[in-house]
Amino acid sequence: MKETIIYFFTDSVAFKVLIGITIISATSGIVGTFSFLRKKTLVGDAIAHSLFPGICLGFIFSGTKDPFYLMSGALITGWLSVWLIDVLTAKSKLSSDTSIAFVSTFFFAIGSVLLSFISSSTNGNQSGLKDFLFGKAATMSNEDINVFVFLSLIILLIVILFFKYFQLISFNKEFAKSIGIKVNLIEFLLSTITVLTVAIGIQSVGVVLTSALLIAPAATARYWTNNLPKMLFYSALIGVLSGVLGVFISSTKENMPTGPWIVFILFFFTLMTLLFSSNRGWFSMVRKQRINRKKMAEENVLKVFYQLAELGIKNVTYSEFLNKRQMDTKELTNTIASLIKKGFINNDFQFFKLSEKGEVEAARIVRFHRLWELYLTKRLNFKEDHIHGTAETIEHLITPEIEKELLKELKFPKSDPHNKIIPY
Amino acid sequence: MELNDFLTLLTAITIAVSCSLLGCFLVLRKTVMVGDAISHSVLPGIAIAYLLSSSFNSVFMLIGAAIFGVFTTLIIDFFHKKLKLQEDASIGITFTWLFAIGIIIITLFTNSNTDLDQDCVLFGELSSTFLDKIIVGEYLIGTRSFWMIFPVFLIILVFILFGYKGLSIISFNEDYAKSLGINVGFINLIFMSLVSVTTVMSFESVGAILVVGLLVIPPATAYLITNKLKRMLIYSCLLAITSCIIGFYLSILIDVTASSIIIVVSGAMFLFAFFIINIKKMLNI
Repeated sequence: MKETIIYFFTDSVAFKVLIGITIISATSGIVGTFSFLRKKTLVGDAIAHSLFPGICLGFIFSGTKDPFYLMSGALITGWLSVWLIDVLTAKSKLSSDTSIAFVSTFFFAIGSVLLSFISSSTNGNQSGLKDFLFGKAATMSNEDINVFVFLSLIILLIVILFFKYFQLISFNKEFAKSIGIKVNLIEFLLSTITVLTVAIGIQSVGVVLTSALLIAPAATARYWTNNLPKMLFYSALIGVLSGVLGVFISSTKENMPTGPWIVFILFFFTLMTLLFSSNRGWFSMVRKQRINRKKMAEENVLKVFYQLAELGIKNVTYSEFLNKRQMDTKELTNTIASLIKKGFINNDFQFFKLSEKGEVEAARIVRFHRLWELYLTKRLNFKEDHIHGTAETIEHLITPEIEKELLKELKFPKSDPHNKIIPY
Repeated sequence: MELNDFLTLLTAITIAVSCSLLGCFLVLRKTVMVGDAISHSVLPGIAIAYLLSSSFNSVFMLIGAAIFGVFTTLIIDFFHKKLKLQEDASIGITFTWLFAIGIIIITLFTNSNTDLDQDCVLFGELSSTFLDKIIVGEYLIGTRSFWMIFPVFLIILVFILFGYKGLSIISFNEDYAKSLGINVGFINLIFMSLVSVTTVMSFESVGAILVVGLLVIPPATAYLITNKLKRMLIYSCLLAITSCIIGFYLSILIDVTASSIIIVVSGAMFLFAFFIINIKKMLNI
């Protein structure tokens, strides 16, 4: 490991690769965030395929592999593809994913026709063109790096200058339109920086994998924060981290491809985040759901005990409970066990009884339920037979603040629409 | 017509028709990008099958392809529905990851002499398929690539003929189909494995990217022209066959790879239909 790191900082070729990849990944992470928020990540995939004919055209017109001409060609067909996707989706009944798939394969096919045209008409000078398809992370030249740095700076400058507009458009296009922002112009700028980013991205990881550089960092960052500047920073960071790790891993063995390793690591980061992220990850969601379900079951059981007590049954058996409310027997026994542990219910042989603490808690839930029913009939003019369902849900969610407002609004009522007493 | 030309064209047409039949349902169900994803993510399946059998053995390839095709749809669903990631990102992340794994396997475990390289995965080589002829006794019974795709074509035909009603209801309204008691999940699974098997059986001839063109472009064109499913299926087959024939002869005329020019021709037909329809719309108003 130590030797590898030393190697990267002493060997100028390896160092160059590292710099190039860092720039590309950071830029892709930032630009991809906007594509992600606009739900247009797959357009990046289409752009990547559409750059191919542009690169070939650039070569045909200039006769050289000068990055400037190739990039100009790429920029033109890239723009064209974004425009065509928009036109096809707007002016026909095709869905956007069909338009994207059409544009990407059609342009790619044109590119591959041009490539075979080039290889049959010129004398073998076209060898470097295919690097654009598969990426050439390991063989970047000084000139390439200069182009990357230059383009990345332009992209960054555009993002900084137009940050406010990009932010507005990403979150609410309609609103942006309504306050007089030239949405078309801003979208044109956004697609321009996307095309530029993809153009430098395909040189590192190739046509197919470029979209991963745009999507994965942004998707991961989205689960870390709700704040756009932070999201941009995290996204760039994740991009760079995977880029650097990918370069290291692929350098451990000869002929290992860099691009695929970067994508592999990116996927790993995304998956881990989606599973384990503390607030929105899968595991925390499942845990929250389980806690909620348990809480609701407990509250429902307490409520039934209260209702039975109203009918005069203070010592409740399982069968009496199940007559009043259907419930899974196993869930019922578990819930009652947990309520006994919490001291809400006392157990006496086969009878169960609310404790003093339990009575207060049960009264609270029944109060919420009945207050809500009353509110629905009085203020929202619901029919009496339509109110139980929603009250059944909302009773678990009402906070003391809402309760206070409800009581004020309804002027401390005595009974609910079904003439049952509201307990205080 | 020369025999070799005929054999090549026959392979091309069988592939194109199989793809466009399946593609109609992809277009209608707005799951084209899932098809696109599958066509890329079968790569590790192909690579593993190739390593195990050290040839393009159809049986291994079929199994590998079907497994990875279904695997892809399952991962996309898992990301989208369970992990709540938006759908476009789920698709993009999944297929790039699997494609990357495929490339890593290829570069790690195959040497430079093998037929399996990135070039053939992306482009395919239709015009050399006639080299691999299958001869039984004294009779030529076709090329190997034709016999790889032909059984798949028959399966697709049978699947569509027998499952037509279910497929058409699912394509237009999945929830309604569920309420009728149609096993949507099962049909989806079969459908997606057919898509992956078809892409694998044709990738040697047309490549992973261009096979998507055959899946999308003829059905999309047919979808522009008609509103009826039966006609859409027939039109897209006709369009696919026409572009194969025109593309094939163009490829001989100007000496470029056949598979790409076929896509370019069918794309041009799509754009033509699109313009005509829009001009018609403008004139009516």
